[in-house]
Order: sequence, then structure tokens, then C-alpha cells
Amino acid sequence: MTTSKQEKLTAALTNVLSDKVGSLHQHFDEVTIVIRFKDAKSAFELLRDDETLAFDTLMDLCGVDYSTYGDESSLAGDPKGKRFAVVYHLLSVKLNQRLRVKVFSEDNEMPVVDTVTDIWPTANWFEREAFDLYGIIFIGHVDLRRLLTDYGFIGNPFRKDFPVTGNVEMRYDEEQKRVIYQPVSIEPREITPHVIREENYGRN
Amino acid sequence: MAEIRNYTMNFGPQHPAAHGVLRLVLELDGEVVRRADPHIGLLHRATEKLAESKTYLQSVPYMDRLDYVSMMVNEHAYVMAIEKLLQVDVPLRAQYIRVMFDEITRILNHLLWIGAHALDVGAMTMFLYAFREREDLMDCYEAVSGARLHAAYYRPGGVYRDLPETMPQYQSSKIHSDKQTRVRNENRQGSLLDFIEDFTNRFPTYVDEYETLLTDNRIWKQRLVDIGVVSPERAKALGFTGPMLRGSGVEWDLRKNQPYEVYDQVDFDIPVGVNGDCYDRYLVRMEEFRQSNRIIKQCVDWLRNNPGPVMTDNHKVAPPSRVDMKQNMEEMIHHFKLFSEGFHVPPGEAYVGVEHPKGEFGIYLVSNGANKPYRLKIRAPGFAHLAAMDEMARGHMIADVVAIIGTQDIVFGEIDR
Repeated sequence: MTTSKQEKLTAALTNVLSDKVGSLHQHFDEVTIVIRFKDAKSAFELLRDDETLAFDTLMDLCGVDYSTYGDESSLAGDPKGKRFAVVYHLLSVKLNQRLRVKVFSEDNEMPVVDTVTDIWPTANWFEREAFDLYGIIFIGHVDLRRLLTDYGFIGNPFRKDFPVTGNVEMRYDEEQKRVIYQPVSIEPREITPHVIREENYGRN
Repeated sequence: MAEIRNYTMNFGPQHPAAHGVLRLVLELDGEVVRRADPHIGLLHRATEKLAESKTYLQSVPYMDRLDYVSMMVNEHAYVMAIEKLLQVDVPLRAQYIRVMFDEITRILNHLLWIGAHALDVGAMTMFLYAFREREDLMDCYEAVSGARLHAAYYRPGGVYRDLPETMPQYQSSKIHSDKQTRVRNENRQGSLLDFIEDFTNRFPTYVDEYETLLTDNRIWKQRLVDIGVVSPERAKALGFTGPMLRGSGVEWDLRKNQPYEVYDQVDFDIPVGVNGDCYDRYLVRMEEFRQSNRIIKQCVDWLRNNPGPVMTDNHKVAPPSRVDMKQNMEEMIHHFKLFSEGFHVPPGEAYVGVEHPKGEFGIYLVSNGANKPYRLKIRAPGFAHLAAMDEMARGHMIADVVAIIGTQDIVFGEIDR
């Protein structure tokens, strides 16, 4: 996206959404806006229907768990201790522009966000996926079932407090003549540690 | 009179037409589909979660395993997302190599699609023809990366190595005499570029062959025309991309509309359908064969005349050459750091979408400044397409469901991730 196009988009956003935009960020060639939970529904309708915005396609919808992010000052939209966010990537085929929208969930224990399935039907499976992997509940979704994990799976595997190894493993039990679940027997290990270097590391 | 009720039928997960591990629960009224409920996730490996515990470079081979019939394009989106966050420039030659291999991959993907799709609908020969050509292109993959499928060839900052000057040759064996082997090796005498050029000269004839078998075939048309019709507005609302969207008549291709790498330097056309049915999507993909071939030709010409580096010289991101690494202390340290701790990506987030053979393949990368991604989201085109299965299949016969699965070009590696 060229600079003039970006300016046009940001102008249109502030014009149409006005006070619904919590904050607006520009980085690289991408525009990100943060919308408050209670404004989300009406804002998304405007984003799709307004002629200067015309976001006719929802490209992607995903959950993010910010609980171990660390320094939150670098984050688009100050979360202020909010753990879960839903990130929407919108595309306007008509005007050839993209937008990222973030909605932070108010409650960390039971994350809740309004559904957008009635605005973009493609959100159906994306929301089911976010529900499955992060436990985010989408109010108004008609068919909020698990999507990717096993039938009868317990937990939300993409939350940061869920171990990579999982909690249970499955095997065939010779005595009981059936497949059983048992606690995992593998030790979690980290080959390369997770490191964040200070600002001027290696540059003095 | 007996009471007639709808009944449910289970389709898959082990079914030759399910293209992998799709489980479809179909609610039927006689032979007419009233509701289709795809159950996915049987191939779920949590790639996105695994990437969070690996360095950026270690996750490159995971990308091959997403859509395992268009390996390099998956890598492309991933490395472009990293390059965007790092603000690293890629040498021009590497960009041309990437575009060339993207198009080779597109042909590879469409060949598998046409083979499997035709086989599902009842044309056996197509499958054999398609795999004959795939063999040549797999050899290109092998020549450049050493692997026929999971290449791990694109790296942040460029591509792993330059194009080889020689092609691997066949050797004679009990089944293949010396004379036969000489014939098979005829187009492998020169460099990889010579081999690819020879392929691009042969390939349009092959596409003509496919078209004589299918395009006007009465059975093929009976099975595809007016099946799974999607209007342009509906296609956009359902998140369709790639040939699925273009088949409905929407002129949208990221290579043209939001060009990346050197797609704005090469000359090609975007085929668009009219009716939005399976047959139009078939025609769109057939034309994409020819257009990809055209792009490859232009890239071969450029690459022949413009030697140069294929990897950035920023050794904080890309490894130094072996010779420098052995002789120079600083390069030694770079190499060690890069392959143990990995590079650090500045905090921030980026979304990169590429025109994958199946549609828009997107990578959303969130970094908190560490040597591992904080969050990686893969936007798979097939995911949105399969989600629309219910709507596309309603009111059609069971046999048409198979045609719709075929036209959606379903691959479970990317859908289940």
C-alpha cells in the first residue's frame, strides 16, 4: 500500500468510525485499529458497508494470548493487562486496501467477544477455531463447536499456559482391550532457550 | 405410505475422494444433500504452537508440510513476513528465483489438482499424465534444494543457494538399458535453467493434451457445468481467494493487485470465469498453467543474463559463506550465533499474504523481540473454501459433493495445520 493510499484510509477511518476507534497505528505498510468491545459490532458493520472503507472480505480472524508478551509498550493498542485479543484482517477487494482490527476481551477468565458471522459468513469456522484453541466465546455464534482438536478434548491448547507436550497421551491397553488416555510420559524440554536481548546488545 | 425421513451418512475420513482425511457428515434426502458438516482436524499438528517454541529459522521446514503440494509458496509467505519485520532487503536475483519457483510450484499444485479432480470424476488417464510432468518439476526441486518435496529452500534474506550448473542424471540399471538412459538424459546435459527452459517449451503441448481430453468431453461437462455455483458477492463474503474467487468472475490476484517480489516486472494475464461453477474454475486453472509457464520463461531469460548474490550480506540474518566462516573469526561467531540462538526479530506484528496456487496464503507474525515468534497465525486458503462446503453442496447429489471437493482443491496439511 502506498503512503497516499494509507493516508486516505486513515482519514476515512477517523471520519466514519470517529469515536469508535480506540487507537490507530501505522507500521510498515499496515494500518491497525483497536476497537473497544462494546463498539465492535456497529464498527464492523460500518467497515463493511461504508463506501470509503468497503471491507467486503474477512481474510483472517485469530485469537492471541498476550499473557507472556512481556514489555507491552511495543504493542499496538495498550492492552493494560488484558490477556486475550481477537485480531481481524480485513481486505477490500473493491478498493484494494487492507486493515487489521483488534478487539481486546474485557474478562481474562472468560474471554467474550461478539460474533461477526452475520457480517462476514466466512467468520464461522475462524471463530470456531479461536473458540477451540483459546476458549474465546463468540456471543451470537449459532454453532460454536470445537473444530480442530479431537472429539472430547479438554483444555485450550494455544493458551500460553498449556504445555507443548499436552496433558494426556493415548495408547492401546492390552488388558482392557481398548484405547485409553493417560497422563503424558514425556518430559518437556527446550533445546533453544527463549531470549530477548536488551536494546544495544552487541553494539557497544 | 411409508414415512420418508432424511438420513445421515458418513463420508470419510478414509475415502479416496476425500483428498486426505476429510470426514463429511451428510444429511440426505434420498440422494440430495440437505446439509454437509465437514469434520476437520484429523491432521492437526499445531504447527502454530510448535513454531512458538522454535527459532524463526527452525520453523521454515514446517511451512513445507502445511500445503504439501505447494511447498515453496508456503515458505515464501513465511520468509516474507520475517523479512518485513526485520526490514531486510532481498537481492534481485533471489527475487527472480523465488518468482520462478513460485510458478513452478503453481504448476506442480495444479497438476496434482487436475489429476486428482479428474480421477474423482472418472477420468483415469489424467492422473497418469499429470504425474509424468510432476516428475520433471520435482527434479527441479531436487536439483536446487536436494529434496523433492520438503525443500526448505527459501530463507529469510534470500534463497539457500544459487541455481546449480548441472542437472542430476539417470543411471542405467536392469530395467533401463544404456541406450534408454541416454535418451532420458538428453535434456539434462546443461544447467538447471536449460532443463527448465526445455520444460517450458514442452509444457504448452501437454496442456493442449489435457484440454483435448477434458475441455469438450461430454462426461466431464455433465459432471462440472452448473455444479457448485457461487456468485461474486457471495464468493467475497465467504472469504474465497485465488481460482475459487476468479472462477466467480472477480478480477483479483495478489500478483497483480498487490505485487510482491518482481511480479510487477513480468508480463502475464489473469484468467477470470463467468458462471462461477466447477467448470469455470477448471478453465481458470487451465489458463493459469499457460500463464505460469509464461512467467517461468521470462524468469529464465532474466536469470541467464544477470548473475549476482542470492542471499543478503547482512550476516545477522543470513549465514556467511563456508569459506569465510572457516577463515574469519567474526563470521565464525555469526555462524555460531545464527544456528544456535538464531536471529532476533524486533517487536511488532506483520501480515503478509501471497498468491498461493489455492488462494491467499497469509502469515500473521507477532514478535516480542525474542529469537522465537510470539504468535504465528497461518491463514490457509483451503480453510475458508472448505467452510463453504455446506453452502456449495446443498441441493446437489452425493456424486456432486465429490466434484466440489475436487474443485476446491482441498489439501489437509494446510486446513488442519
